[in-house]
Amino acid sequence: MKELTPSTLVAVFEEIFGRGLFWAMVVTAAVVTLAYFYVLIRDRRVSWQKFLFAQLSMPVGAVGAVFFVMWATHSEFADIGGPIDVIVLLAVAVAGAIGMAILVYTLESFLVRRKPLP
Amino acid sequence: MTLDRRRFLALSAAAGLAAGASATTVGYAQDTTRTNAKIVIIGAGAAGTALSNRLVDRLEGAQITIVDPRKDHWYQPGFSLIAAGLKPAGYAVSRTSDWLPRGVKLVSEAVVAVDPETKRVTTDAGTQLDYDVLVLAPGLVLDNDAIEGFSLDVVGRNGVGALYAGPQYAAKTWEAAARFSETGGVGLFTRPATEMKCAGAPLKHTFLIDDIAERAGTTKRKIVYASPSDNLFSVLIVSEKVRMLFQHRGVEPAYRHVLKAIDVEKKVATFTTPDGDLQRDYDYIHVIQPQRAPSFVPESGLAWPDRWIGQGWAEVDPHTLRHRRYADIFAVGDVAGVPKGKTAASVKWQVPVVEDHLVAHLAGREGTARYDGYTSCPLITRVGRAMLVEFDYQNNLVPSFPGIIAPLEELWVSWLMKEVALKATYNAMLRGRA
Repeated sequence: MKELTPSTLVAVFEEIFGRGLFWAMVVTAAVVTLAYFYVLIRDRRVSWQKFLFAQLSMPVGAVGAVFFVMWATHSEFADIGGPIDVIVLLAVAVAGAIGMAILVYTLESFLVRRKPLP
Repeated sequence: MTLDRRRFLALSAAAGLAAGASATTVGYAQDTTRTNAKIVIIGAGAAGTALSNRLVDRLEGAQITIVDPRKDHWYQPGFSLIAAGLKPAGYAVSRTSDWLPRGVKLVSEAVVAVDPETKRVTTDAGTQLDYDVLVLAPGLVLDNDAIEGFSLDVVGRNGVGALYAGPQYAAKTWEAAARFSETGGVGLFTRPATEMKCAGAPLKHTFLIDDIAERAGTTKRKIVYASPSDNLFSVLIVSEKVRMLFQHRGVEPAYRHVLKAIDVEKKVATFTTPDGDLQRDYDYIHVIQPQRAPSFVPESGLAWPDRWIGQGWAEVDPHTLRHRRYADIFAVGDVAGVPKGKTAASVKWQVPVVEDHLVAHLAGREGTARYDGYTSCPLITRVGRAMLVEFDYQNNLVPSFPGIIAPLEELWVSWLMKEVALKATYNAMLRGRA
């Protein structure tokens, strides 16, 4: 590869998932992140009870992300051949875990009735 | 300050707009050259299209004409995926005109002659185009008649594959290869003795079909890789690695075997070897036709007179890609008579070099860019793994990601590059953006 510019990266991701799916995922991620910040600012505190539940959902997100990438790229675990493969796979898992935690925390904040501050 | 939902959304939207505005102002300015030169580019494939997109940004007032009779643009690196059933034929097809910049004139005719003395190009429809600078980027032609008994009509039936001939033929190749992967038998995988596009593709096809047969549980198979030389790849360190992989996988190499003829009905192939002609039975054979420059190149006196006899590649300096006898002619892509690099990766490295020397020529300067023969090949070894092999004229390995992506290691990330990232990078190159 000669140069790696942001526009090349966007084009690469459009190719990986298809243009529609990629931008739908970007919009979803942006909306969820915005909603997350919204509830943090609205509540002015982190609810550790919700956070615990969000943490419990992280392994689900990690495993889900890994299987999604494997499915999208005709790959399987036996294809992992070297250190960089493990690193990329772990990065996918971490991204899935964090994304899932944010999603769960945000959903909880919207769906669970807010208790009045003590 | 209290934050309600509406106020939060308004703030977010404002932040988004600000980010967008700053992103659009980050561009890069390149100095343009004013000229009224007539530039003719023969060929709207990877090289011709990428170059035309870059030239319109560098030149103001130039008349750029691109000549190519084919309506479809082919993403050729996709052919080996189509021929293994991993992508449909349409994966590699787009329209030539969709990639060309505004302000470039497309002449959909085939070139039949170039007169480098009067600086004139003639097409099959009789159109004459005068030029100040000419770029040869017509690709190459597959010599179907060079293998006795072979024609494109037979591809896909009686166990004959030939993935180079186009997306439809790559798909037909998969029909024949898929049957072999289920029934087994003898598979012969060949490559021609001429210079060829992507010398890794014959190996990829061998590895992929072997892998697919293995996964299908077809244990009764014998796979033979017939090489015209006494190695498996021109870069010896890669050749040795492939030899080891073949040994591990039970693929049998046959050296100094040049495919001469096939009998499609009897399923017999004849090879020329140092010990005379040799016949081999097959259940599947992958034929790669010998490859040559389009005939107008040698007929117009633009080919090397003393190298690659009979193949007709354009006589250019290997580092500037400028014609050695005509300073106003360049060759880029498959047609260039250089020792390495009939791949899309080579095109990506060659195009900026030709651009530099061409623009400098019009500005009355000397260009400085230099091409060192870089080419690369994500050498697929099975579905899900590849080795990212990159090398130059001197057969040095030149890894893009040293210490991260090892060149001779079978990796999943290298597969990801080929399967998902390469087409996007290629498309960006066509638009002149990479």
